Amino acid sequence: MDAVKTELMKKSKASRQDQRGKLISLFCIFLIMLVVLSILYMITSKGLATFFENKMSFTDFFTKKVWNPSAKPQPLVGALPMIVGSFGVTVLSAILAAPFAIATAVFMTDISGKRGQAILQPVIELLVGIPSVVYGFIGLTVVVPFTRAVFGGTGFGILSGTFVLFVMVLPTVTSMYVDSLKAVPRFYREASLALGATRWQTIYKVIIRASIPGLLTAIIFGMARAFGEALAVQMVIGNASILPQDLVSPASTLTSVLTTGIGNTVLGTLPNNALWSLALVLLLMSLVFNLLTRFIGKKGAF
Amino acid sequence: MANNNIITAENVRLYYGKHEALHGIDLDFPEKQITALIGPSGSGKSTFLRSLNRMNDLIPDVTVTGTIRLDGSDIYSPQTDTVELRKRVGMVFQQPNPFPFSVYENVTYGLRLAGVKDKKLLDQRVEESLKLAAVWDETKDHLKDNALSFSGGQQQRICIARVLAVKPEIILLDEPTSALDPVSSAKVEDSLLAIKNQYTIAIVTHNMQQASRISDRTAFFLNGKLIEVDNTANIFLNPKQQETSDYLNGKFG
Repeated sequence: MDAVKTELMKKSKASRQDQRGKLISLFCIFLIMLVVLSILYMITSKGLATFFENKMSFTDFFTKKVWNPSAKPQPLVGALPMIVGSFGVTVLSAILAAPFAIATAVFMTDISGKRGQAILQPVIELLVGIPSVVYGFIGLTVVVPFTRAVFGGTGFGILSGTFVLFVMVLPTVTSMYVDSLKAVPRFYREASLALGATRWQTIYKVIIRASIPGLLTAIIFGMARAFGEALAVQMVIGNASILPQDLVSPASTLTSVLTTGIGNTVLGTLPNNALWSLALVLLLMSLVFNLLTRFIGKKGAF
Repeated sequence: MANNNIITAENVRLYYGKHEALHGIDLDFPEKQITALIGPSGSGKSTFLRSLNRMNDLIPDVTVTGTIRLDGSDIYSPQTDTVELRKRVGMVFQQPNPFPFSVYENVTYGLRLAGVKDKKLLDQRVEESLKLAAVWDETKDHLKDNALSFSGGQQQRICIARVLAVKPEIILLDEPTSALDPVSSAKVEDSLLAIKNQYTIAIVTHNMQQASRISDRTAFFLNGKLIEVDNTANIFLNPKQQETSDYLNGKFG
């Protein structure tokens, strides 16, 4: 009896394995959290240093139009042009990409059948995989001259940035929207057709409508990608930190100023801190995008 | 009797790819009667029902031979407009499947497709259809609520109301109560009995008591064949075929 008891009370090999596995995953999670928190802390502290250490005005940062952090004696850190530029390319490319993404996704799920999807799916995945520098290069050699010829100006500017980002976010939005269209139950389609709806009526009155939360999530994901994209945009936007007056004159985004400026500043000085402030804005925006998708996902679950 | 058959099916064979699932069905549906289709799972009763409004067209590789006539015209002829056909032959499915919209939008869906915009007419049809489907009392104060917020039984009756609103001539029901509890099922049955003098109804059911309670005629399917069809009382009290009698007495299944 006692032998049985001790045998039962002793930790088995399986439960020791269990514990070891738990420890390993806890350790990994702890490490990741540490990295994330340090990044957040670094960006926040450096980004806020512009305002607390260098005593720059917080409101000026968001409202003034001149960006010259190394100017003497009075440095100017008006980030409005970049903020406008970033939102401009993001919103415009999302607006441009949405209808194409809807059409492509609907075609893949409801019109073409299996064969169309077998062809289109790899194409879209390929588009996601192309490095952004390649997109930027194509943008520089094709889109910029095209914009110059058709819309005038230098060709560099928000419009070119929009076109390049449009191609870059389209596959993201499309493949995410395809997933949410596939999640629309088959019986909605059957119910609609059985009531005498045509396939087209079924698509736009039931399927698209039922998948609107998924569509919004997909678009916001695309916007998050567009907002954070640096290289390709930097190559076609012209990089002039002035408030854009139109879509075809050189402008800049938060990311393009960051990538062009980061090598030319000294750590701990105002010009460097000012760049960290831009990074902080980027970070906060991606947080907002993230929260938005979560909020929509929660509301729109069916 | 033979003259007021609204649907006549002759030698209907249906193939999934090369596999023959229905082996030549001859079955007529008299006007303004409830015909119950019974039989074990896989006997082809649902498949046959779905061929009456060409829902099987949605499944790839399905071919149907033989003729099914609605009011004398062949519904599988190339001239048939499936959209028009499905307006005349409505369908209620096994799973309650209201759209994730408001009750009002669900019930008016078919009418709006048909281009009805008159608010008064829509309101009137909504009330009329929900009353006929015996779900008006539960929904009248919640017409703007999402239809998915109602119970399964209520959802199924909303689906029936949605079909009734288009005023089809025939209503096909594919095991409409199999996902519902007995109380909700009884309510659905009540609404079917309430509308049977205006509509021709074909109902697939696994519930033999349900068939005997509500139907005028009963058709027994087995292995893709129609074994027997007769007045419900005859089928249940003195079936002519041995298989029918065995099935009703639970000797196989």
